[in-house]
Amino acid sequence: MKAVGVLVAIALAIALQTTLARFLVGGTAALDLVLVVVVYVALTSGPMTGLLAGSLAGIIQDALSSGVIGIGGLAKSLVGFAAGAIGQQFIVTAPLPRLVMFVGATAAHAAVFMGLYVLLGLRSFPSPWAAILSQALGNAAIGVIAFTIIESFPGAVERRRLSRRTRH
Amino acid sequence: MALVDIRQRTAYVFIAVTVGHILLISAQINTDRGVPILEAVTFGAFAEVQRAASGVISGVRTSWNDYVALQAVRRDNERLRQEVARLQVALQQEHAQAEQSRTLQQLLDLRLQAQLATVAAGVIAGGASPDFRTLTIDKGTADGLRPDMAVIAPAGVVGRVIIPSARAAKVQLLIDRNAAAGALVARSRAHGVVEGTGGDLRLNYLSGTADVKVGDLVVTSGIDGIYPKGFVVGQIESVERASGSFGAIAIRPAVDFPSLEAVLVVLTPPAAANDEATAGAEAQARE
Repeated sequence: MKAVGVLVAIALAIALQTTLARFLVGGTAALDLVLVVVVYVALTSGPMTGLLAGSLAGIIQDALSSGVIGIGGLAKSLVGFAAGAIGQQFIVTAPLPRLVMFVGATAAHAAVFMGLYVLLGLRSFPSPWAAILSQALGNAAIGVIAFTIIESFPGAVERRRLSRRTRH
Repeated sequence: MALVDIRQRTAYVFIAVTVGHILLISAQINTDRGVPILEAVTFGAFAEVQRAASGVISGVRTSWNDYVALQAVRRDNERLRQEVARLQVALQQEHAQAEQSRTLQQLLDLRLQAQLATVAAGVIAGGASPDFRTLTIDKGTADGLRPDMAVIAPAGVVGRVIIPSARAAKVQLLIDRNAAAGALVARSRAHGVVEGTGGDLRLNYLSGTADVKVGDLVVTSGIDGIYPKGFVVGQIESVERASGSFGAIAIRPAVDFPSLEAVLVVLTPPAAANDEATAGAEAQARE
């Protein structure tokens, strides 16, 4: 049931990314809604789910883009796994820790993603810091907002606690 | 439940997913040489495996060939060694037969040229004493040989039969100290007597006015009653004069005695033979 929810979330994020994002930020890729979903899933479900969700979402995203299939998948897998692991070790229920998590996840994703492209000599990213920073902040804002909205639903927090208890 | 099981294997799945992505990426990326990275890495890795396998196999094969299989090589080596020895013997036999054939052909030519009644004989032994220059041939009285029959070879005069037995005969070589033959200088027709010295020949009893020069050919004169006239004895090697007469005239024998293998024994009595042989023998001498 949870897997289906993850799949739906990923599909929805990709749909939004490909249709709505360009309207929101003037056509630049300032937001990565798929990454937001992956981090969210990782924080709420743990490293394994984050890993698999990141892998699946990244591959789909790669397949829909003109890049090398797997680079985005690998980057999101690592980020999903790391976010899930951190979410298990630390309390990240407050908005600020979540904000930091999203910023850090975006930076890590950018490092892996761009690093692989540069390492393989496929693309260059001159002065990427501003773009990374803006994306990190945008992703963090969307992520924190998403957490807030979702947790505002009746029983959402209880379901998440129950889920974590079941995992442990 | 399945998700829980997967979580228990988090590390394995993490590694699997990571490696899977790397493989997926590698399959799409080309190296500088235009070969996909996955293919290049796979090929490179497999090539190393192949190299290692090849090295192991090569080592095993080398060990087998250089050590275990040496027994067969040793047997082969021994067999080949024996084969080489056998072939060398066969080759020597072939050479000997060829040489014998050549000698016999020369004898046949001499026989036809001399137009004398002759019998061919093979040399079967040398002299028993170095003081007596003789040899033994494989023909005897059973073949018509008698004492004092001349023995000749394609190169010239060899000697005379001294002791014939039924199936063999002893031949006194012309170079023996007790051997002598009537001779003449082919160019000037000056007569003399050729005597053996034990190793060479010497022309004696030559007239003091005889025309003799180094290099002149000396042939048999036929006056001794043994050797047919006109057969080559040798070539004058040196001439010494002393007070109007010749001191010593050395002759280098025409026949290479140590290498004699076959000879002709002249069956025709010398008196009759002289007339028959003169023409043919002198023709041979001129050649």
